[in-house]
Amino acid sequence: MPEGKKIGAVMVVGGGIAGMQAALDLADAGFFVYLIEKSGAIGGAMPQFDKTYPTNDCSMCIIAPKLVECGRHRNIKIITLAEVEQIQGTEGDFTAHVKESPRYIDQERCIACGQCSNICPVSTEDDFNCSLGPRKAIFIKYPQAVPLKYEIDSGVCLHLKNDKECGICRDICPAEAIIFHDTPKHHEIHVGAIILAPGFQAFNPQKRSIWGFGKFPNVLSSMQLERILAPTGPTGGVLARPSDNSSPKSIAFLQCVGSRDKNHCNNEYCSSVCCMSAIKEAIMIKELLPEVEITIFYTDMRTHGKDFDRYFNRSQKEYNIQYTRAKIHSLEPGDRKGSLRLHYANEQGRQVEKFFDMVILSVGLETPDSAIILAERMGIHITPDRFASISAFMPVSTSKKGIFTCGAFNGPRDIPQAVIGGSAAAACAEELLSAARFQQTAEISYPEERHHQEGQPRIGVYVCHCGTNIAGVIDVDNVATYARTLPGVIHVEQNLFSCAQDTQDFITQQIREKNLDSIVVAACSPRTHEPLFRQTLKAAGINEFLIEMANIRNQDAWVHKNTPGMATEKAKDLIRMAVAKVTLQKPLHPIKVPVIARALIIGGGVSGMTSALNLAGQGFKVELIEKSSLLGGNALHLYQTWSGEHVPLYLKELQEKVFEQENITVHLKTTVTGSTGHAGHFKTVIKSGSGRKKTIEHGATIIASGGKRYIPKEFSYGKIPNVVASIEFDKLHMHNEVRIANGESFVFIQCVGSRNTQRPYCSKSCCTHSIQSAIKLKKEVPSRRIYILYREIRTYGQRERIYNQARELGIIFINYELHGEPTIAEGEKGALVQVYDHVLHRPLEIEADLVILASATLSNPDSKDLANIFKLPLNSDGFFQEAHVKLRPVEFNTDGIFVTGLAHYPKPVEESISQSLAAAAKASALLSKKTIELDPITAIVDLEHCDGCALCIEACPYAAITLVETATSDGEEHKIVEIDPALCKGCGICQGICPKRGVNITGFDYDQLLAQIEAALQPAQGHSQATPAPPEQSHGK
Amino acid sequence: MENEIKIIAFCCNWCSYAAADLAGISRLQYPCSVRIIRVMCSGMVHPDMVIHALNQGADGVMLLGCLLGECHYQDGNYKALARAEVIEEVLDDLGYEEERFTIAWLSSAEQDKLVEAINQMHQSLLDLKSETP
Repeated sequence: MPEGKKIGAVMVVGGGIAGMQAALDLADAGFFVYLIEKSGAIGGAMPQFDKTYPTNDCSMCIIAPKLVECGRHRNIKIITLAEVEQIQGTEGDFTAHVKESPRYIDQERCIACGQCSNICPVSTEDDFNCSLGPRKAIFIKYPQAVPLKYEIDSGVCLHLKNDKECGICRDICPAEAIIFHDTPKHHEIHVGAIILAPGFQAFNPQKRSIWGFGKFPNVLSSMQLERILAPTGPTGGVLARPSDNSSPKSIAFLQCVGSRDKNHCNNEYCSSVCCMSAIKEAIMIKELLPEVEITIFYTDMRTHGKDFDRYFNRSQKEYNIQYTRAKIHSLEPGDRKGSLRLHYANEQGRQVEKFFDMVILSVGLETPDSAIILAERMGIHITPDRFASISAFMPVSTSKKGIFTCGAFNGPRDIPQAVIGGSAAAACAEELLSAARFQQTAEISYPEERHHQEGQPRIGVYVCHCGTNIAGVIDVDNVATYARTLPGVIHVEQNLFSCAQDTQDFITQQIREKNLDSIVVAACSPRTHEPLFRQTLKAAGINEFLIEMANIRNQDAWVHKNTPGMATEKAKDLIRMAVAKVTLQKPLHPIKVPVIARALIIGGGVSGMTSALNLAGQGFKVELIEKSSLLGGNALHLYQTWSGEHVPLYLKELQEKVFEQENITVHLKTTVTGSTGHAGHFKTVIKSGSGRKKTIEHGATIIASGGKRYIPKEFSYGKIPNVVASIEFDKLHMHNEVRIANGESFVFIQCVGSRNTQRPYCSKSCCTHSIQSAIKLKKEVPSRRIYILYREIRTYGQRERIYNQARELGIIFINYELHGEPTIAEGEKGALVQVYDHVLHRPLEIEADLVILASATLSNPDSKDLANIFKLPLNSDGFFQEAHVKLRPVEFNTDGIFVTGLAHYPKPVEESISQSLAAAAKASALLSKKTIELDPITAIVDLEHCDGCALCIEACPYAAITLVETATSDGEEHKIVEIDPALCKGCGICQGICPKRGVNITGFDYDQLLAQIEAALQPAQGHSQATPAPPEQSHGK
Repeated sequence: MENEIKIIAFCCNWCSYAAADLAGISRLQYPCSVRIIRVMCSGMVHPDMVIHALNQGADGVMLLGCLLGECHYQDGNYKALARAEVIEEVLDDLGYEEERFTIAWLSSAEQDKLVEAINQMHQSLLDLKSETP
């Protein structure tokens, strides 16, 4: 690569979750980001969803902190209503011409008060609500939008169409923000790399009349259903039939509308996410209306992700959701008014008709035309399915150097895959531009911290409604009124969403105006949202630790929905406890320690090597630890990727690159035996094959310890020689072993060891793997008879193409789910397979030359040791449990340690590579910092109370406490303990054991816990002490 | 009456408090009597706190930590377990019934176990209440 000029800035096109993640990772790692968004606000599709699977987390609640982070990041510039018109230059030095359409609102002036929208006489269909409700001509996309600035729809605004008409919004706007004469702006942007994240659009089922969409009012799309289920949606979370507002008694979901369908649309691929979305929506409906009967009509249930099969099982057992494998060929009006008649062939081959009150169309994902135009302007290649053309080995690189791509544009995918892609694309851009790191960025600074006066608290309490999540159960007005009576509380506010950006700005402003010195946020969990509020306190100039959250959502409204009165009383208790605690909270100042710019990567498979090469390419030192004597891991047994790319060749290249890269030190036959320290500075002990131990100091850790293949116990494996596992088959096939060369009949058996009671998860890659092998066998000798015995075929995404190809080639697929597993006996040729044929409806005997078992991928047994060494959680299947399944897919709750590859969950090679790049992006954000702030929640010795009894020294798990001699002011010598703040992790075991209250954990000290206990046990009623200042209460947005 | 009972539950930040959050996300339902106090580790809870809570009128106290052997701080929960034996003895001396203090160990993904522990505690305190009018 020629060493030309490199610009330390990146343009990210598309402000959905993938683009936002790429922007945040880049900005945190020292690169300036221009985030180009087509609509008036970032967020993409996530704000439209009600809940996310498989945890049923509220989508808005989890994305809001990211929106806020993007909105206020000093090194991210968001340009909305914008499109890229032209690109010039080459990697490292691009010039982009971006056109920003007029908003007709001065963003600097708009205060988002909404008076304009209230008075606007024009009503039009709201796209955000999927046309289920109206919006005005002057509007914000959604209430938590970033930037929270109004915009005018020039297509419907009366004044913009005819300047003699209307214009009343300009008259009423108190900020004089409306500019009717606004014109397009042109930006010339200089960047070193470009990341495309243009996202997807939902398939429009109105394109074909067969689904009755737009014709029958009770046929809705799944996107519309999401809006209906959302508490902030057009119906306020109430599900009723559009035709007569009645509560539905029966609902059908039709899967694969606009996916896996070459007849009614040209979308041959599987959209990957709709099966899980339908299950989630069905569960949410059951939560709302337990009596309703729900049937999901599907082709294959594709629940291939982490914990997805468990969710699928739960939907049947706990929620009694019915599943029928059938393609619906017609949808007609039913007998009763508004009902719908479905006609289909059931699994026994009989014609059946059924009636439903409502029908939901699970619409697929497709690439919008605007993204195709963008791709043309960039000059990058597109697949026949209209997605970005990428190699499995470079899953975020386009056909043009310096232009990367992520999100659903790379093929239909769910949120965590989009987040991983965003981080992965960031990692690639960082590697390209590492020489220009910190050249375009500004240092982030905060106002000077105000002096905290102890003893006279001025507490602000913010009671969150969380849409209706909290306010739907708890009487929030009552709670807010009560909070005013608490000692030290001088201000109380109610917020629709406390985590929205406007609320953050509002809290900042109030802290200044009302001179608040600490705040209580009564909302959700401090584990997820406290970091956000801490930033807000910093921005307001008070110490970031002077906040306490009262968890009135997860631990109150959501768990006591049937007893709203008592839940309200509990909320009062929780707020009283939080106020009591924050009153005693002291400002804390984290100590800064230097970051060691070196990563330790455990596992030398494709995942570990990918992370290592990216980080080394970014200029960081890497220690790569591999247990065996060679690099390659499980990929050593792989032959090709789903798209037919040759794995052994790629692996060889990868190994060579790793050994050539100066920044990487490879440790073969080496294991990790222990680790101490923290993000920025770990000390890990490794042990070589010869038993020599060595301590490595490093700033970040990546766990890429891989998985293990399942050795089947089923199907006479190991007893009948012609029964082999798929990986063995690949080897035999590669060498064209005699049984294969002469073989005429082959049987593949799917789900061997997967999706059973012991391992209720899908191994994700086996369907694709077997089909590929089958195609190759068939192509070699077309007369071969090849059978694939399966439960669900899970060729998700664009892999669907090879499934179709296999069927076209005459490979026979037999579903054994309903009639039990096939049986195997020794046969004349090799093995005799008996299975019930689901099409012919009779038992079938197949004489097979070879039976190939698609065996499961298991977690690595070493994971347990690593989990113990690094104190990381594993899930019940033995895979590492990430910090958040949707938005933190490579992180742990412990900072500085990341996970990738099969150690996280079974997955194909391209997903491992993406995840490894994502892990590298997270590590580089940490390693590129000179210093890191240590968590200031540590033990502090109370000099007055500690008598040097030393009980705590033995109890401390980190050897952070030592006994020292000291002298009092009058010269008397005595002993006292001393705590090393860099070693202390703040567990508080010392506090729990100290007989003299001589040691306290900051933020959880003895008095604070005591105050919480006392506050919890105080009767809520009749407690109303005089407050220092007359409190005021107002309703926020 | 449910609301006449008050339980103080000390939950560790890493497992039991996370499980309590997850119970909410999963919309599991449990009695309104419990008040959770977040601590960093179950090993942080001093015996005096448990006694103090009961003296102040709590009907029961729960100590909920990570699974034994999986403590975020190596062995904090083992230390809590050892201390719990002492607490039980002291409570007995002070005349508190054994039902008033329980411990449970669960992972951050075991919201069902958490709810079960709360339900059991609530029920045994209700029973205790009806026995001693």
